[in-house]
Amino acid sequence: MNFKFKTSVASAVTFALMASTAFAGTLVINTDTSDPAPKAAFEQLIKDFEAENSDITVKWNLFDHEGYKTSIRNFLTADAPDLANWYAGNRMLPYVNAGLFEPVDDVWASAGLNDTLASASASMTIDGKKWGVPYTYYNWGVYYRKDIFENLGIGIPKTWDDFKAAGATLNANGVKPITIGSKYLWTAGGVFDYMNLRTNGYDFHMALTKGEVSWTDDRVKATFANWKELVDAGFFIDNHAALSWQEALAPMVQGDAAMYVMGNFAVAPLREAGLSDDQLGFFQFPQINPNIDMAEEAPTDTIHIPANAKNKVDAKKFLAFLGRADVQTKINATLGQLPINKNSSVSDDKFLQAGMSMLSSTTGGIAQFFDRDAPAEMAQAGMEGFQEFMVKPERLEAILKRLEKVRTRVYK
Amino acid sequence: MINMNSYFKKNKLKIAPWLFMAPGLLMFITYVIWPIAGSINISFYDWDGLGEKTWIGMGNYVELFDDEAFYKSLKNNFIWLILYMLAVPIGLFMALFLNQSVRGIRIYKSMFFFPFVISQVVVGLVFSWFYDPNFGLLNIVIEFFGGTGIAILADERYVTYGIIAAGLWPQTAYCMILYLTGLNAVDSEQIEAGRLDNAKGWKMLWYIILPQLKPATFIAIVVTVIGALRSFDMVSIMTAGGPWGSSRVLAYYMYEKSFSEYGFRMGYGAAIAVILFLIMMVYITFFLLKMYRDEKAN
Repeated sequence: MNFKFKTSVASAVTFALMASTAFAGTLVINTDTSDPAPKAAFEQLIKDFEAENSDITVKWNLFDHEGYKTSIRNFLTADAPDLANWYAGNRMLPYVNAGLFEPVDDVWASAGLNDTLASASASMTIDGKKWGVPYTYYNWGVYYRKDIFENLGIGIPKTWDDFKAAGATLNANGVKPITIGSKYLWTAGGVFDYMNLRTNGYDFHMALTKGEVSWTDDRVKATFANWKELVDAGFFIDNHAALSWQEALAPMVQGDAAMYVMGNFAVAPLREAGLSDDQLGFFQFPQINPNIDMAEEAPTDTIHIPANAKNKVDAKKFLAFLGRADVQTKINATLGQLPINKNSSVSDDKFLQAGMSMLSSTTGGIAQFFDRDAPAEMAQAGMEGFQEFMVKPERLEAILKRLEKVRTRVYK
Repeated sequence: MINMNSYFKKNKLKIAPWLFMAPGLLMFITYVIWPIAGSINISFYDWDGLGEKTWIGMGNYVELFDDEAFYKSLKNNFIWLILYMLAVPIGLFMALFLNQSVRGIRIYKSMFFFPFVISQVVVGLVFSWFYDPNFGLLNIVIEFFGGTGIAILADERYVTYGIIAAGLWPQTAYCMILYLTGLNAVDSEQIEAGRLDNAKGWKMLWYIILPQLKPATFIAIVVTVIGALRSFDMVSIMTAGGPWGSSRVLAYYMYEKSFSEYGFRMGYGAAIAVILFLIMMVYITFFLLKMYRDEKAN
């Protein structure tokens, strides 16, 4: 509480300063890219933009990652910057509905983004308009300890049976199959997404997150039945509800757990913790229902123009710049993520390459993430239910009923 | 002008207190009364905090009374209220223990007071490490004595008690300091007199010391009740309300519904705040009545 209060005071001060110095030719950007790699990527991006547009001075306000999620509401209404980063899909819906973001279809048209960023076009569109420019995305999948798998003679699991067998072997040798830290809930959302995408496919998953299907539907129950097989077989580490996703990296680094269902951003901290590329591997989440096309999860990060921005002309220049192939190549090389622009090139990191080839050959569809596909309230209730299910699978009936109650209220 | 002056002169005794109170009253109305009215007002709307408000009357309250999570938070609030009270007797005994003149007693006193000085956030962090299932001291000790480790903060049965235990640490220190100052004012002649009449130990404490500590006890209870009802920091830092919402209290639930990452329901949050306010009001009324009666008696 105290901490949050301090950050909000600090940001209030920043805004006060900002307001007094903003004039034509100044471009104010707010971002939450405070982790080392994203911070370096944005420093470079802004420098390059200024070099090309010598008449524009960029003023960059860097926010703490968690604090940003709450402060964005204040600054979009009270004292808006000219640009702000955020996420695609339903995460931007409240701000779009409240008229706090500016549609940028003209940038998409004039910079040719409708063609080059076509893959992310759907997740940027609400009410037929584009509300920002995506600059990066990353794949999800299973990151695993290659050395442990090799020692125990486990091959990369392709099917559901392989996967369960691999887990049984790991468990028999005293290694927990999957590490997860569900204290902040969203990690459980990632596991659910994959279980549901593999059991029922992309279209059903999207219908569910859009509120068109009941949570007590038999198909949802089938997803949970598959998930329960993993829970009952002791696939997940104990006490995961007490751990954050970073804390859950430790068992994997120490060799107490062998797999992590995660986004590509987990690679950097795992490498930092001392795992070499010989120890760390990646595979696609295995197939469950062979009749279902494999769909993947790849969240997109975006930049938007607030409706109350003062310098929209230069902001649009910046967005056009951000959409360019060479710019996206460069920023994603630093971020360690994938560019959206189809003419960009991906750095030759083995995990990025693996993710890229997986996503480009995906036939089933690409989901954003549970909390970006479902509206905020459904997302929270859902992920809380997933966490409870993973610890108390016998309560499934009650959990689904509760989620159904939330669904009937949220999607009116 | 002259009239005004004479009016003021005639009614000086009536007007002066209001003048002196004016700055305080103004602050109180702006920062306390007005926001309370604002919250009550918002609780009748469906509002995401950004767009248009829609009047839904008692809609938020109807939903609230059909919300499992609300009852869970309410129940936790009552557990907090009851167990947090332990801070008062423990604080008293620590104060009695420390109320002696030994060399270096000031250092010991300040050590005992230390947890109240550090931020609640830090206390929360320290205790979550203490409870950590993998490297936490608690589990190391339990396993040393042959028990099996428990992840207190991941177990819905223990989590609230675990957080309360963490909260008691600074709160006990606070009660202790209140009693220590109270003990300074205890009349030594009465103790002498009691001793002559053969009062010792518990009887001395109960009949001679405690009655003199009544003001300190009163304040200790009031601050502890209020502390229990606004227990937000600890819950937020240690569990974020989890696992699956089983350690939520009303204050945290309100925050979660209205301001957190996924919370866009200002009206619903405000309705929770109003309920919390009504519960607090019981104690505030009791407190004010008691003050009023004491003042009158004097």
